[in-house]
Amino acid sequence: MTRLTLGPIAYHWSADMRRDFYARIADEAPVDEVYLGEVICSKRAPFHEADLPATIERLERAGKTVILSSLAEVMLKRERKATENLAAMEAPEIEINNAAGLFARGRHPHRIGPFMNAYNEATIAWMAARGATHVCLPAEMPAPAIAVAAQAARDLGLGVEVQVFGRVSLAVSARCYHARAHGRTKDNCQFVCEEDADGMPLRTTDDRPILRINGIQTLSESYVDLLPETGRLVADGVTHLRLAPQAVDMVAVAQVFRGVLDKRTPVDEADARLARLSGDADLSNGFYHGAAGYRRIAMAAPA
Amino acid sequence: MSLAELICPAGTPAALRTAVDAGADAVYCGFQDATNARNFPGLNFTPDELSEAVAYAHARGAKVLLALNTYPPAGKVDLWRQAADTGVRLGVDAFIVADMGVADYIARAHPGIRLHLSVQAAASSPEAIRYYCQNFGVKRVVLPRILTIPEIREIRKEIPCEIETFIFGNHGLMVEGRCSLTNYLTGQSTNMDGVCSPASDVEYTRHEDGSMSSRLSGFTIDCFGPDEKAGYPTICKGRYTAPHRPEGYYAFEEPVSLNLSRLLPELIDAGVHAFKIEGRQRSKSYVRGVVSAFRQAVDDIRAGRAANIADLVALTEGQKQTQGAFETKKWR
Amino acid sequence: MSTGLGQSHRSQNPGQAVVSRLACAVVQPLLSRVVRRIAARHPSLFARLGPHQSTDFLIDPVELPFALHLRPDPHALVFRAVPRNTALRAGAVIRGRFLLLLELIDSEEDGDAAFFSRDLEVSGDTEAVVRLRNALDDVDGSIAEETAAIFGRPGQAILARLRHSYPPGLKGHPAP
Repeated sequence: MTRLTLGPIAYHWSADMRRDFYARIADEAPVDEVYLGEVICSKRAPFHEADLPATIERLERAGKTVILSSLAEVMLKRERKATENLAAMEAPEIEINNAAGLFARGRHPHRIGPFMNAYNEATIAWMAARGATHVCLPAEMPAPAIAVAAQAARDLGLGVEVQVFGRVSLAVSARCYHARAHGRTKDNCQFVCEEDADGMPLRTTDDRPILRINGIQTLSESYVDLLPETGRLVADGVTHLRLAPQAVDMVAVAQVFRGVLDKRTPVDEADARLARLSGDADLSNGFYHGAAGYRRIAMAAPA
Repeated sequence: MSLAELICPAGTPAALRTAVDAGADAVYCGFQDATNARNFPGLNFTPDELSEAVAYAHARGAKVLLALNTYPPAGKVDLWRQAADTGVRLGVDAFIVADMGVADYIARAHPGIRLHLSVQAAASSPEAIRYYCQNFGVKRVVLPRILTIPEIREIRKEIPCEIETFIFGNHGLMVEGRCSLTNYLTGQSTNMDGVCSPASDVEYTRHEDGSMSSRLSGFTIDCFGPDEKAGYPTICKGRYTAPHRPEGYYAFEEPVSLNLSRLLPELIDAGVHAFKIEGRQRSKSYVRGVVSAFRQAVDDIRAGRAANIADLVALTEGQKQTQGAFETKKWR
Repeated sequence: MSTGLGQSHRSQNPGQAVVSRLACAVVQPLLSRVVRRIAARHPSLFARLGPHQSTDFLIDPVELPFALHLRPDPHALVFRAVPRNTALRAGAVIRGRFLLLLELIDSEEDGDAAFFSRDLEVSGDTEAVVRLRNALDDVDGSIAEETAAIFGRPGQAILARLRHSYPPGLKGHPAP
C-alpha cells in the first residue's frame, strides 16, 4: 500500500506554530510517516528542538512513523556536531541529507534524503550496500528516470519516495538570502526568515513571480502538484509520496491525496480541490514531464 | 611549500594548447555531452581531439584532467561509464567526479587512475571529504569557494587528500551540485545535462531608451541601462524585487569575479596543493592572459619574490572583482 | 526578440545606397575566396557549429559601407556583402567596429569583455552566436592574417594599415 508522508518543515515556523501544526497532523491527517527536524539552518534548531521528544511521542501514539531529517549543508562545527549526534541515534529512523551524515552513520540503517543526489541505479545500489533502507529521489528527476530508479531500489528492498506536493528545493547556499534581502548577514540575521511562513517571494523586475527565498534555500514559486500522476508513480514502483508542508491546510491536502490513492475521489475533482487549497500558488509538474519545472503539463488522461 | 599546481581550463583543443603554452601544470576538459558541467554549444572535445590533446600536454610536461562531474539520471549511466573507459584508454591523468555511482565504477573498473572530487559533490566538511576518500580513494578535493583561509587550514589537518581551490574566474555562491534553478526555468538540468542558463533559452532585447534586458526562457533576469555593463542571464546573478525591495536588487549575488592573486602566498602556506582557474567557456585570449599572469605569480612566490599581478579587471564579468569568502566570513 | 533583425536603424540616403551596392559588388569575389579558403583549412570549425551551420548570421562592421551575410553550411557556403538595410532575415546579428570584429575572430580580444562593455551588440539566436564564437576560438593562429595572406603583400599591407588606423584601446559604442 502506498504510503503518504509529510516532509520536514522547510520554513522557520515558530515553536507554537509547529506544535499546533503537528497536533493537527497527529489527530487528523491521513499521513503514514512524518519527517521532523531542521534541514535548512542550524541557527533555527534551538527554537524547536526542545519540543522534539513530545512531538515524536504524539505522532507515534497516533500511529505515524517518525523519521528525523539531517541538515542539508554541513560546514560549521555545530552543524558537524549536530549531524554526528543525529547519526548516533538508535531510534527513530534518520534521513541523511549530507555526506557528513553518511560518514558518521557508517553502515547502520538510514534513509537517503533528496539532497543526497541519488539520481541513478548505480548510486542507489552503492548506498543500499552501505545501509540505506529508503531513498527520496531528487525533485527534478523526470518520469522515465524515476521509473528506472524506483525499479532498482525496489529490487534492492528499498523504499522509494517522490515529492508530490509543495514547493521544491531548487538551490542551497552558504549565504543567507533572507538576511541579505534585509541588509544583514547570516551571523546577525535576527531570524528575519520567521516573517515568511511560506517563503519570501521574489519577482522579476517586470513583476513576474519567479522564486521563493527561505534562508539559505531557494525554492520554486509554484507548488508541485503530481496528484494526477500518482497512479503512474505507484505503477512505476514508488512506495512513498511526500507532501512538503506549506502554509495552507495540510490536513486537507493529505485528505485529498488519500482520497485519490484509495480511489474514493475522482482525480479531476480532487485536483480542483487541491488548487483551491493552494490559494494563490500556481501548480506545476514540469520536472516530472521533462519540461521546465515551473510549467504545468496537462495529462491526456490521468493515470 | 606545496607544488602550487596551476589547473587551467580548456574549452577547446586550441584553448588547451594555449593554456599549456602559457604554463599550466594541468588542464581540465570535458567531452561534448552531458558528462561534464560545462556542456555548452560548440565547446569541448571529441575523443580524437582529446587523444591529440593528451599527447600535446604530456609532451610538454602538463597533465590532463577529464571532468565527469555531473549526475547521470537513472537509465543513462552507461554514457558516463563509457566516457570513463574512453578517458582511461586515451591516457588522461585523473577524473574529476561528483556522483557516487560514477566514482564507484571508476574505482572498481580502473583502480589505478586518480580520482579528484569535484566541487559539484558539495563536500565542505572534513567528514564529507573523508567519506569520499575512504570509499573511493579520492586523492584530491576541489573545495567549494565558500571556505575561509582559517577554515582551509583546519580542514587540511583533518583530511588525508590534497586540496585544490579556485583562484580566478566566475563566482557563484549556490552550492554546486545542489542547484536546479536552470531546470526550473528551462527544462534542461545543470546536474543531469551539464548546462547552466543555456544559450538556447537566452534572449537580449534592446529597448528604445538604449537599455537592454536579458531574459532566460522569457523570464527577465536583469536589465541594463544604456551605459551600464551588461551580463549573461545567469539566474543566481540576476536582479529581482522582493516585497520590501521594490527597486530591484541582486537577490543572490552581484556579477563579480573571483581573483585571489593577492592571497596566493597565504593559500600556499595554508597547504593548498593546486589552484584552479575557472573558465572553460571563456576565450583563448582570456586563458592566455590569466594563465600567464598566475604562472608568473606562482613562480615569483616560489622564488621568494613579491607577486605582481597585472590588472585583470577587464576580463571579469561585470568588471568587478572580489576576494570572496577567503578573507572574512562577513559576507555570509 | 530584438526588433529589426537584419534591419539597420540608420537610414540611408539614395546616394549612400548606390555606394553601398557598388561596394558589395566589388568585394563579393574576394569574400567567396576568403570563405572557401577558411573552410578548407579549418574543417573542425564546421563541426562545432552543429545545427547552426544553416543559420544566417549578419555581421555588421559599423564603419564599413556594407554588412556581411554568413551562412556557414559546408555544402552551401554563403559569405557575401549585403547593403546594411538588407531584407535578410538573419538568425543572429553581431554588430561592432570592424577591427574589434577582426580581433574577436582571432580571439585576440575576449568576446565576453567586449560584450559586457557593450562595444559589441549581439541579438537573435544566442546559441548560434555562442557556437560561432566557440568554433572560431578553436582555431590556431590568425584568420585575419590567413585571409590577408590570400591577397599576398597588398592584403597584408592593408591589414597592417587597418590596425594602425585604430588607436589602441578605442572604446565606446558604435556610432549610430
